[in-house]
Amino acid sequence: MSRLTVRKTYKLYIGGAFPRSESGRTFPVTDSEGAFVANVARASRKDVRDAVVAASKASAGWAARTGYNRGQILYRAAEMLEARRSEFGADVDAAIDRWVFYAGWADKYAQVVGATNPVSGPYLNLSTPEPTGVVGVFAPTGSPLLGLVSVVAPVITTGNTCVVVATDPVAAITLAEVLATSDLPGGVVNVLTGDAAELGSWLAAHEEVRGIDLTGASPEQAAEWEGLAAGTLKRVRRPDPAEDWAADPALSRLTTFTETKTVWHPVGI
Amino acid sequence: MSVTPVLDIGQSEASLRRFLHGLPGVDEVGAKARAARLGTRSIKTSAKAYALDLTIRMIDLTTLEGADTPGKVKALCAKGRHPGDDAPPVAAICVYGDMVPSAAEALAGSGIHIAAVATAFPSGRAPREVKLADTKAAVAAGADEIDMVIDRGAFLSGRYGQVFEEIVAVKEACGDAHLKVILETGELVTFDNVRRASWLAMLAGADFIKTSTGKVSPAATLPVTLVMLEACRDFRDTHGRQVGMKPAGGIRTAKDAIKYLVMVNEITGPDWLDPDWFRFGASSLLNDVLLQRRKMATGHYAGSDHVTLD
Amino acid sequence: MTFEYAPAPESRNVVALKNSYGLFINGEFTDGSGVFKTVNPADEEVLAEVAEAGAADVDRAVSAARTAFEQVWGPMPGRERGKYLFRIARILQERAREFAVLESLDNGKPIRETRDIDLPLVAAHFFYYAGWADKLSYAGLGAARPLGVAGQVIPWNFPLLMLAWKIAPALATGNTVVLKPAETTPLSALLFAEVCQQAELPPGVVNIVTGAGETGRALVAHPGIDKVAFTGSTDVGREIAKAVAGSSKRLTLELGGKAANIVFDDAPVDQAVEGIVDGIFFNQGHVCCAGSRLLVQESVADEVLAALRRRMATLRVGDPLDKNTDVGAINSSAQLTKIQELAAAGEEEGAERWSPPCELPDRGYWFVPTLFTGVSQAHRIAREEIFGPVLSVLTFRTPAEAVEKANNTPYGLSAGIWTEKGSRILWMAEKLRAGVVWANTFNQFDPASPFGGYKESGYGREGGRHGLEAYVR
Repeated sequence: MSRLTVRKTYKLYIGGAFPRSESGRTFPVTDSEGAFVANVARASRKDVRDAVVAASKASAGWAARTGYNRGQILYRAAEMLEARRSEFGADVDAAIDRWVFYAGWADKYAQVVGATNPVSGPYLNLSTPEPTGVVGVFAPTGSPLLGLVSVVAPVITTGNTCVVVATDPVAAITLAEVLATSDLPGGVVNVLTGDAAELGSWLAAHEEVRGIDLTGASPEQAAEWEGLAAGTLKRVRRPDPAEDWAADPALSRLTTFTETKTVWHPVGI
Repeated sequence: MSVTPVLDIGQSEASLRRFLHGLPGVDEVGAKARAARLGTRSIKTSAKAYALDLTIRMIDLTTLEGADTPGKVKALCAKGRHPGDDAPPVAAICVYGDMVPSAAEALAGSGIHIAAVATAFPSGRAPREVKLADTKAAVAAGADEIDMVIDRGAFLSGRYGQVFEEIVAVKEACGDAHLKVILETGELVTFDNVRRASWLAMLAGADFIKTSTGKVSPAATLPVTLVMLEACRDFRDTHGRQVGMKPAGGIRTAKDAIKYLVMVNEITGPDWLDPDWFRFGASSLLNDVLLQRRKMATGHYAGSDHVTLD
Repeated sequence: MTFEYAPAPESRNVVALKNSYGLFINGEFTDGSGVFKTVNPADEEVLAEVAEAGAADVDRAVSAARTAFEQVWGPMPGRERGKYLFRIARILQERAREFAVLESLDNGKPIRETRDIDLPLVAAHFFYYAGWADKLSYAGLGAARPLGVAGQVIPWNFPLLMLAWKIAPALATGNTVVLKPAETTPLSALLFAEVCQQAELPPGVVNIVTGAGETGRALVAHPGIDKVAFTGSTDVGREIAKAVAGSSKRLTLELGGKAANIVFDDAPVDQAVEGIVDGIFFNQGHVCCAGSRLLVQESVADEVLAALRRRMATLRVGDPLDKNTDVGAINSSAQLTKIQELAAAGEEEGAERWSPPCELPDRGYWFVPTLFTGVSQAHRIAREEIFGPVLSVLTFRTPAEAVEKANNTPYGLSAGIWTEKGSRILWMAEKLRAGVVWANTFNQFDPASPFGGYKESGYGREGGRHGLEAYVR
């Protein structure tokens, strides 16, 4: 008699835990042959609310980590992903390499985009990038893991926390499991599965969210959500249909959700 | 700042140090910016006329040269009494101690004060007895104002008590003469030091605090005067005694002098806008003020031959 | 006798005011669709009539800018563009006095500030960005290609300086512009148009369309622009962000603020008092980054406030053209009403109001420098941008509490820290959520220094290398 497999329950990833949707709703996911894989949580607006609370709570602590420390943790995520690479699809190697790429950025981007500004007076004047805060991320379609990693990693590399609306729930929740075992503090990345169309407006209008990445939004959704984001003047990254996940990422992936802080101090005796 | 009795503060090195180091710091850039901005005030017409005459009345007309002679001092005194063009007399004539008798003779009955520099001016490097003898001799000869120098070496090495005691001793030697304490700010360098030295001098009994000997560069500047005026203002607020202020050295033009008066007006307030509370230690300043006065009176620019040399 | 400063008025003769001004489109002054008047806020006299740009005028300006971008300015080598900007910088220096007087007349700000702050910064800004024009490929911004036509809307508080902040980087990077000055302060922008002519700037590179909110909306909504840059209120900023949502227009916003100026018990007190005064009374408090909330450590609050009151009593309020004036006129009657309303709300909510004795002129729009003590975070005067010479004083006990209070606002433009302890300055600077942090100084500006906000104070930076980013792809 063949052994009955133990199936995995795919839940949401919020605040480092894997809760079911507050709404109790699920939707079935099938594999490429149409066979049933799992019932996946279908997040509601209240899950958006909870995820934003978790991301907000994690924000100060994550931002306060040194770049070196964030880099170590991101690299650890790459290690964990490597260890579980068999669970992912064809883009897993590129996704691992992308984690490694961003792990190395964590203690460098400030040197690239920061500056000592030569002002005309007896002042030291420094500009440094700081995280924007909680960022809502709409993961791209068509690139289940590499696309997801390519939008999430840069956001957290610079010290933001995020609420990700995933498109491929299995890849996304499996990645969440990787993150949950990677020393990444709970709440830094929160993953919601379900219908982006249902969640998008709640995330875009949420006052605690400081930025949104509309990469995975349709043009109509992007326009609507950008309009909602204007209510609290969120930083918005518009979708770019031409974005090639295999190409070297643009620096703007790192800088869109950073704030330049300029500090002045007199120089005197 | 809490009100602490002067004697308690001066009681020991430690309490003096605690007090002086507890004074608020001075940010150099901010202090200079404030002084520069006050310097942009535009003083015209009636305000200028008032400021020019007040400047003359505040001048300690000074000669402090190795080549000074009774003749030179007497000529200076004559100039101080009658600067020309019905200008008011100056506040004082400032000379070395040995020149005091000549000045006293020339100024008799004028009401002009006789200031003598003392205490091994300008370096202050002499035994305490010499400094006190220097002071007493000048007073005995007729000086009613003594401009002493502090021991900058002692101050810079943190021996505040020594500086304090010396000022107390000189003050005693002055008797009824007014004591101006020269900090020589050019050697103290930082504004934090200037603020501490100002308080130290006032706590020890100075009637005036004065920036410089004129022998060290930089001498008086607007920012250093700003810091000292703030000290005068705060000292009166906390200790109830008003102390005068004298910038000296480097103030050569009426335009500069007016900037100082603006500063007095806006930092300490008009209580100090009086020769009893503010003086300029200067020599060539007087003639520039006289030229400006002539210009205001005649409406055309004045020539140097129309004011006297000394 | 006291030392009374006699009037020291700057001469108005350096400015030849015209009776009426046209729009500046394609290198020429043209009529608009209507006219409006601009007044001197210090005496309510009409200074001039100014053309109002309607939608058709905005359209003409955008097409002129498009043509200039495609045919002249875009293709022009950076070094040539740069030389035009250097020319403009020099002409501004040469005509600085004229601009300073005009700006004081139209805005109400003191001549000392226009002369010593606005105009030097304006010229410096053009000079700074002129030098970038042929170095864009070295700026670390990729290909750094221009966006095209920039629609720029600026406020009335620093009319010419905001123009410089907008136009200089846009032109240096190869964009052309249509700029709308505020309706209460159009004159210096129109005089700047003359500078463009003197510099022989190709027609259409800079276009100035004057008018009120309608004109601004027409510009922002125009499909022919590639970029919107706005400085002004957060409410209008929101409106603009909504208007450009879903378009391909790039957007930068520099909006309101409610900055905390934080004074610790070990601050250099005299300089801190200057910083507080400069922070809130500079430019009548019409400053987005004004230090409008004073957070003072409770242990030194009495001492600092006593010194502050004494200092406020020496502020000279009055004729903006008098060289000794520290605080000039409120820019408009509408702004004056807003300030009066918020100040009244402060009293109603229980804060204690104080102003130094101060005689105000009979005519014009004036508001005496005002201090509110006993203010708490919940008061409207601690939360809403007053944009006037009104300071709200709150106290704190620990650095953490200061940070918490400072950050407890939807705004995040600037902040001030006063302490002589180095490590505390750095700790505070790290924690404050604001785009510009002044430590032991306040309200310093420089063309090389990036300026802009966190949160609802907007996004994008103006100034420095960072300021180029908003105008290139």
